[in-house]
Amino acid sequence: MPTAEKTLDEILDLAAAHFKVPREKLSPDEDFFKALGIDSLQTLDLLTKLENHFHVELPDYELQGVSDFRTLAGKIQSRL
Amino acid sequence: MNEYKGQALSWSLASGIVEVALHRAPCNEIGTVALSDLEKFAQSLDELEKQAHALILYSELKCGFCAGADLRELYEKSQAMEKGAAGAGVRDFLERIHAVLNRIDRSPLTTIAAVHGVVFGGGFELALVCDLILADKLARFCFPELRLGLIPGFGGIPRLKRDLGNAVVRDLLLTGRSFNATKAQQIGLVSQVVSEGEALRAARATAIQIGKFDRKTSATAKQFIKPIPHEELKREIEIFCDLFSRPAVVAGLKKFVESTDAQPYLP
Repeated sequence: MPTAEKTLDEILDLAAAHFKVPREKLSPDEDFFKALGIDSLQTLDLLTKLENHFHVELPDYELQGVSDFRTLAGKIQSRL
Repeated sequence: MNEYKGQALSWSLASGIVEVALHRAPCNEIGTVALSDLEKFAQSLDELEKQAHALILYSELKCGFCAGADLRELYEKSQAMEKGAAGAGVRDFLERIHAVLNRIDRSPLTTIAAVHGVVFGGGFELALVCDLILADKLARFCFPELRLGLIPGFGGIPRLKRDLGNAVVRDLLLTGRSFNATKAQQIGLVSQVVSEGEALRAARATAIQIGKFDRKTSATAKQFIKPIPHEELKREIEIFCDLFSRPAVVAGLKKFVESTDAQPYLP
């Protein structure tokens, strides 16, 4: 199982690549809605990308209120 | 009519394949405009079926296949009417959309939904009418209706029950969670998962393959393996109308319509 830090790094890499945001502009505790400039439909894209990448299922109700990359990584880590 | 360009959808017929493209922003919400175009399409099917063997339903919009019923229109219309009239309006809308979807469901053509992005609520129900669902790997499916105090109203539960095990149906419906194309394929809902942007290409390839078979045999096989659950569909309309009359539904719709939340589908 990857470490929590590795999971977090991979999320940041994936989000930067998918939404074409420079990787160095994303930080773990940042609000990803603002950092990526995404709306609700794009959030679903991100969720699907993460599920496909990590081969996990992330019920969207578990992500309610989650807005920073670090907490998101924790949610994913708990399902790896 | 072999070709049509409407406000919500367009269709064309070429080489025995009818292609129906959804293209009403923001995300192909099904309201009165889309319903009117869908009814025109259903009326044209008799003629199209004489010349075609397959039908592909897809979206031209980046956001996805279809975000479902036009909840904004539903809310605004229900607010502008007396309570009784709003209920009658909802029933009329449901009976009309059911007539269209049942017509597509029973078409002798082999029907394919090529989906990507959002496949939510009524959009999911539109895909479920088709014989095959081909999904882009970023497609996401959901029945969020319970979050609004409703059940799916365009035939979703009877058609899901037709295709899937009851435990899966309960999970999708009672949790209202969204799920991706890989999961949809694992549970038997989606027949092929393809790369991003490839669903329509894959659907066209499948439609060409289907064209190699005898049309009468394909239609007979379809009729045998895909019965339409008419009684449950009628019951669904009754349950939906009954639930719609409750104040909690109007409150749920209001919350959704007025939401500025990044995840408005979550309660």
